Amino acid sequence: MDTFQPKVKVAILGSGNIGSDLMYKILRQPGHMELTLLAGIEPQSEGLTRARNVGIRASHDGIQAILDDPTIQIVFDATSAYAHVRHAKALRDAGRIAIDLTPAARGPYVVPPVNLGAHLDAPNVNLITCGGQATIPLVHAVNRVTPVEYAEMVSTIASKSAGPGTRQNIDEFTFTTARGMEVIGGATRGKAIIILNPADPPILMRNTIYLLPAANEVDETEIVESVEQMVAAVQEYVPGYRLKNAPVFDYRDTPTGKRLMIAMLLEVTGAGDYLPEYAGNLDIMTSAARQVGEVFAKKLLETRDRRLSFRTA
Amino acid sequence: MTRPRLTDTTLRDGSHAMQHQFTREQVREVVRALDDAGVAVLEVTHGDGLAGSSIQYGFSRENEMDLIETARETAQHAKIAALMIPGIGTRAEIKEAIARGIQVVRIATQCTEADISQQHFGMAKEMGLEAVGFLMMAHMREPEFLAEQARLMEAYGADCVYIVDSAGAMLPHDAAARVRALKSALKIQVGYHAHNNLGSAIGNTLAALDAGADQIDGTLRGLGAGAGNAPTELLAAALDKLGINPGLNVFALLDAAEFIVAPMMPFQPFPDRDSIALGYAGVYSTFLLHAKRLGKQYNIDPLEILVELGRRKTVAGQEDWILDVTLELANQHSGQNQT
Repeated sequence: MDTFQPKVKVAILGSGNIGSDLMYKILRQPGHMELTLLAGIEPQSEGLTRARNVGIRASHDGIQAILDDPTIQIVFDATSAYAHVRHAKALRDAGRIAIDLTPAARGPYVVPPVNLGAHLDAPNVNLITCGGQATIPLVHAVNRVTPVEYAEMVSTIASKSAGPGTRQNIDEFTFTTARGMEVIGGATRGKAIIILNPADPPILMRNTIYLLPAANEVDETEIVESVEQMVAAVQEYVPGYRLKNAPVFDYRDTPTGKRLMIAMLLEVTGAGDYLPEYAGNLDIMTSAARQVGEVFAKKLLETRDRRLSFRTA
Repeated sequence: MTRPRLTDTTLRDGSHAMQHQFTREQVREVVRALDDAGVAVLEVTHGDGLAGSSIQYGFSRENEMDLIETARETAQHAKIAALMIPGIGTRAEIKEAIARGIQVVRIATQCTEADISQQHFGMAKEMGLEAVGFLMMAHMREPEFLAEQARLMEAYGADCVYIVDSAGAMLPHDAAARVRALKSALKIQVGYHAHNNLGSAIGNTLAALDAGADQIDGTLRGLGAGAGNAPTELLAAALDKLGINPGLNVFALLDAAEFIVAPMMPFQPFPDRDSIALGYAGVYSTFLLHAKRLGKQYNIDPLEILVELGRRKTVAGQEDWILDVTLELANQHSGQNQT
């Protein structure tokens, strides 16, 4: 790779599991990004030590460390919804782009293969939830072929991969994911269910998507093709993302009579960058975050190039 | 033994066997009969709790909030309860159910995951509700472990914590040991909820009472998931004979079971072949009808599906894995036929 390729400086805020996994992902696949700082608030945090061990500057001054370094243009926030509310304002005021992995939702929801292009000028984008990143692409894939009236998702994750944030805010997962299926997936109504499974060895992250199209007559081949294309698009940044079976077309009794139902069974294996492979729920968040960061970085560089060529012309 | 408080959950656990098709008129009749017979608490909700109406679990015929309201309007003495499972329902539904008339909320988690219920207990107590914790699939863990989980619910504000044998996998000594562990660990009340998959629902409930349980559950005719629950009318007769009848009219309950609920039932839950398999393999009782339906559709023995779900250590609410396992078995079978 060309060592003189220009890069955009990025930082990670949050030295927990998510921040660490994201760090390893960016180091493995930097693209147009240069990770210059990992900032936490606990001096004793293992995450900060891990960063230093791989040659990344680490600070326990939190958001201040980022504000003090004007060269950082993109900030991944892997702290908490509560903290992000404050971070969002500080970063916006300082003119930095925030990619929010918490459920704070200060900026628009983004799912990379569905709507990222629409929000490349936003100062802050939000990654919804792990279940949302996994299922919304497939809701959209069907909805672009035939309108989806009702979308329901069931996310089953290993107990060990659900941290205290998820556990104490499980309603927010349900609410935010359902909303994302509507706003980004395109379903008229969304519903989300999350189940924690304590089996040992831990299970891989699993998602089931059930859709009721508005019409009972659909072109099954066209739907299957659209879904396959979408799975391939997600696999580009989440290699462990796969459908266990072809979409199942079946009929179910519903409050509005016998309706066509499409069921899709999805499994997400994590890349194992830092977090274990079963934690596909966390992997899909950090993978999506890296992907969003990369697209933003490329855009920043293109804008800069255009400005430069304009000046020299 | 103390006089236990009996909660009848015909209109919630029974909703599984009814495939969530209860009508307002049926709710009115059942509530009137149970209320007249002196039952203290009546649970009315979709089988999988508030917001359970879904493709995953089956859609309700009537909005459960309307059913709750009907129950509230009908009951003269009994308290109305709703079940809620964090991850399926949210605080929004608890709030609406309060507005529609519940006085008790029963908050249920997989027995290893009590710490996802903190926000729900918090809100229920803030709003002046009685809050009961439900540790589901409690056969999967040892008594001491369950006591730790129950302590979490107690700390969040629970007024009582139940040992819930969702898979109907316990025998009397299992029920007694678990109730005993909670009794010695908690200051609050302890309850027991049985399923009859191994034919032991009444025996387990009596063993739980012997171990100190303060609250127990029943359903008329045992109408419930899997092989059903401990029949309320049978519990009333047994409690009466034990001299700990908490004010239940035994004959009125016999009539309610026979003349009101039996005619509504699509079938009599019973420890048949597939239900015994649930208890034997330790599988969530509500999987039964889903496994039967998919087994028929894909020409797979439901027993084979249920045993495989047990082997995979599925937990409460994982109905989507029934389709997953059925498709896998169907693929395996077609592979075998080709060779």
